[in-house]
Amino acid sequence: MEAGLTKGLVVTYLSLIVLIPLAAIAAKAFSDGPGHFWDAVSQPQSVAALKLTVICSLVVVLINAVMGTLIAWVLVRDEFPGKGIVNSVIDLPFALPTIVASLTLLTLYGNDSPIGIHAAYTKYAVIIALLFVTLPFVVRAVQPLLLSLDRDMESAAESLGAGKLRIFTRIIFPNLLPGIAAGVALAFARALGEFGALVLISGNVPYKTEAASVFIRGQIESDNVVGAAAVSVVLLVISMVMLAFVNLVQKWGLRHDR
Amino acid sequence: MSVSSSKKTRRSIQALLILSLVAFGAIVVGCGSSSDGSSGDSGKVQLVAYSTPQSAYEEGLEPAFQETPEGEGVKFSNSFGASGDQSRAVEAGQPAGYVNFALETDVTRLVDSGQVAKDWQNNKYKGIVTNSVVSIVTRPGNPEGVKSFQDIIDKDLEVVTPNPFTSGGARWNIMAIYGAALNSGQSEKEALDTVKQVLSQAPVQPASARDALQAFVGGAGDVLISYENEAIAAQTAGEDVDYVIPDSTILIEQPAAVTVDAPQSATDFLNYLWSDAGQKIWGEQGYRPVNKSLVDESKFPTPKDEFTIAKFGGWDKVADEFFDDQSGKIAVIEKELGVSTEK
Repeated sequence: MEAGLTKGLVVTYLSLIVLIPLAAIAAKAFSDGPGHFWDAVSQPQSVAALKLTVICSLVVVLINAVMGTLIAWVLVRDEFPGKGIVNSVIDLPFALPTIVASLTLLTLYGNDSPIGIHAAYTKYAVIIALLFVTLPFVVRAVQPLLLSLDRDMESAAESLGAGKLRIFTRIIFPNLLPGIAAGVALAFARALGEFGALVLISGNVPYKTEAASVFIRGQIESDNVVGAAAVSVVLLVISMVMLAFVNLVQKWGLRHDR
Repeated sequence: MSVSSSKKTRRSIQALLILSLVAFGAIVVGCGSSSDGSSGDSGKVQLVAYSTPQSAYEEGLEPAFQETPEGEGVKFSNSFGASGDQSRAVEAGQPAGYVNFALETDVTRLVDSGQVAKDWQNNKYKGIVTNSVVSIVTRPGNPEGVKSFQDIIDKDLEVVTPNPFTSGGARWNIMAIYGAALNSGQSEKEALDTVKQVLSQAPVQPASARDALQAFVGGAGDVLISYENEAIAAQTAGEDVDYVIPDSTILIEQPAAVTVDAPQSATDFLNYLWSDAGQKIWGEQGYRPVNKSLVDESKFPTPKDEFTIAKFGGWDKVADEFFDDQSGKIAVIEKELGVSTEK
């Protein structure tokens, strides 16, 4: 296919699916002027909701970075019966409608918890729900890197007398970093905007357990579409900053590679 | 690569961009034309309603209407969802012939947009198709002995009530607590403090009435504030709950209307819903008939000190005064509660 044709197709497609909708949201957010935008995002209830969402999302991606890498490691390097099943289970959170995830988590961690953990309607519930929906990102980003990692490098380092920790920090980790970073960025962006998985389990008490997405839902219900768009724009900007930061980390990782 | 070939590439990109713009325009126009005028099919009622009465319509009212001479051959296309979402969807162009919402303001939105006639309340039942009351749902046998909203405070109970900002319908609950407090002799300020106290005892404020029921059935809270029809629906669905109707509570009035370009069959359907036959079916489905002579007092006892939203000046006034998301009295209360817990 001709290069121009594919490029044009891509530009059109991205415009229709992503760019125009995002631009429309930004335009809506500022439709009553920058002063109104600032009022909408700086009022205490939106600040509280944004704070809760950002902090919980950060905690979630940190846990993901560690646990996701560990899961990827086990799936690539270890052999155990049922490995194939575990491997396919990783993607299930993507397939499950998030509202069902919320309901399931509520049954597990609610007041009638069969396992005795009463996390529902607390900030911990927000973290648990977000961990559930973001699980695959880091695992799936790290897995291919681990698979393609040249084991001879590790053997060489070992024969030169490097300890296990040194091999990990100097050889394995730098090679996995771009994958971890990419997974973290996607998981963070997903966590910021998540609604369905939170709505039943988070409690939704304003200022305490109300996540940004649920707050935005309230703004829409209160016919304050401009306010809803304004808070959404803040979430988008935070996501963009995170993605830019991850880009830097990846570049650093590539340089380290050489 | 030669100059002429890169020029050719550039020209084809331009051509494609133009083509895509044309395509985009066509899509926009296409969507636009498909969303208007299609409510004109005379044999079809496009019903858009809030989620609670879904089974009442699908299992009771629509089949019964189709048995009548006016309803013979009439087909329905149903859409159910959160009241505010449904109203906004219709405003944005979702085809609708007959609408039924949880709150009057959701009809007012369509009056403002010109989709529902200004005189929609100009009939025997003032545009209201069903009633209910705000009730207190308890654990089986009402172990706490709750009889009134004040008991929630006096007995220091955990209460589940939906977030009034994500659930428009939950605003009935707030006004029930407020009005009952006024009826008991409290001043407006004291009554607001009562509402504040009740909200402070809510460990969870689910996004909708259904979510709240889910949370309560899942073990959250000692009591749930909900509509009587929701409580009846929960019992019918086999949930192990009881409910109490406080002596002093609000009569919930659920409005319905036809749109300006609705077919005659939509109007026939609305008239049927107001007929004795229609009202009886509403009663069987857990809703209080608006025709008082058809209210079965054994199933739907009238609360001693029942009041309506008119006590506070109607929904348009209440929506601004209490539920404006920044300056409304309830927004202020939630803010005070939020700030006090941060310390």
